[in-house]
Amino acid sequence: MIIDHPLLGPRDSAEFTYLGDARLLDRPDPQSETAAAEFHDYGYIRDNPAGWHEELWFHEAGDRSWLVVTRNTLTHEIREVRLARDVARERRAKG
Amino acid sequence: MRYSGFRVIKEALTGHKGWTAAWREPDPQPAYDIVIVGGGGHGLATAYYLASKYNQHRVAVIEKGWIGGGNVGRNTTIIRSNYLLDGNEPFYEFSLKLWEGLEQDFNYNAMVSQRGILNLIHSDAQRDAFIRRGNAMILNGADAELLSTAQIKERYPFLNTENARFPIKGGLAQHRGGTVRHDAVAWGYARGADSRGVDIIQNCEVTGFRIENGKCLGVETTKGFIGAGKVGCAVAGSSSRLMSHAGMRLPMESHVLQAFVSEGLKPVLPGVITFGAGHFYVSQSDKGGLVFGGDIDGYNTYAQRGNLPVVEDVCEGGMAIFPMLGRARLLRMWGGIMDMSMDGSPIIDRTHIDGLYFNGGWCYGGFKATPASGYAFAHLLATDTPHDTATAYRFDRFERGLMIDEKGMGNQPNLH
Repeated sequence: MIIDHPLLGPRDSAEFTYLGDARLLDRPDPQSETAAAEFHDYGYIRDNPAGWHEELWFHEAGDRSWLVVTRNTLTHEIREVRLARDVARERRAKG
Repeated sequence: MRYSGFRVIKEALTGHKGWTAAWREPDPQPAYDIVIVGGGGHGLATAYYLASKYNQHRVAVIEKGWIGGGNVGRNTTIIRSNYLLDGNEPFYEFSLKLWEGLEQDFNYNAMVSQRGILNLIHSDAQRDAFIRRGNAMILNGADAELLSTAQIKERYPFLNTENARFPIKGGLAQHRGGTVRHDAVAWGYARGADSRGVDIIQNCEVTGFRIENGKCLGVETTKGFIGAGKVGCAVAGSSSRLMSHAGMRLPMESHVLQAFVSEGLKPVLPGVITFGAGHFYVSQSDKGGLVFGGDIDGYNTYAQRGNLPVVEDVCEGGMAIFPMLGRARLLRMWGGIMDMSMDGSPIIDRTHIDGLYFNGGWCYGGFKATPASGYAFAHLLATDTPHDTATAYRFDRFERGLMIDEKGMGNQPNLH
């Protein structure tokens, strides 16, 4: 697989390590009444879809940036690659 | 029809006209007591033990493709019970004991071959860990033997014990481990279940569950609705997809594991060998091909094919211990989809929906577990209580902090 890094251009996926579903950016509020249940779901439960999947990749052997890659788990086609920083800021702005 | 040496001779003398199909191809009945979704090794074993040990005969196995077309036909055929943790070792030892009597039990030649498995040791820390694991195995009634470098040199002269980076410092052997003809496991269980009245319905995909007032009443399929007192799902690899029809999200990700076979060679490898410094395991099939594999690719996927970096990594691991492998040509490679669970261990449990039961999360260790998984799942379906060896495999173990994490990797499925 080739990941089209937004800053560095196309890079071999072997340069990256994989973390998982990009929902991991949305850390639950530890002060919430239901924090225990929310952290259980955050830590252990996954959608695991067959099809388009937003996921976190770390450019470990490159510029060490975190990326959000939108990839099809049935075909390995990659539709969109963004800096995780930008995605996280956008989500925070939306609340 | 019972298979025997006498039968083979009789058929040979009468032109092989008496052989009949090994199982029927029935149309689905409107309802069953128990419906198993998934005609792989675990689903068929579940149906077999339901019929043979728990006296359940109104049972159907529903398979979207053909039986044995998934991971039971894609693995590297290794059986073993060399686990460390209490939640796992009794279960896998139970499985190995079932393997030992399996062919007589279901009257089918599954080519169970206890040729032994050897886990190589490359460092002092690894030796300590393997001694501990060997002791845990012995405490649970399994067999384990610590081999010295000299013993390994004598038994496996082709191994590179002097590798500068990862010298072989010894090994942990389980002599009762070995290999099994994987397709024959599916066929043997299918035939055994069918002859006891189980309907095996192929080319019939489950498209949903009929759930009313928190109770599962049956499954919607491409051949119409099939009613069921209880529904058991055993579709490892596609578990998240199937259970999403019941509104469930599971503690697992789907990943691809690649496997490889070389061209046929004369006998060179006496058993199963695993490289402890990387991740590489190899055995030689009875046909002569070296069957080997390594790590999963490491990203979510449902495509039954992997990528080249893992191919390179696996072959490097093989070359490190086994330099003669470089002279053999790779014949085939393929991929299978694994349920990688959050702690690397499986789940055999009820769901929160009445009448809906789940078996999955086998990571890439499902093949060796086939008999015990089927037995334990049949026990759960028939009695509504977990089998003695499978009490730890519950959905709620993550929230209760009772993970069964053999590798100590935490909730990172691609590292198990």
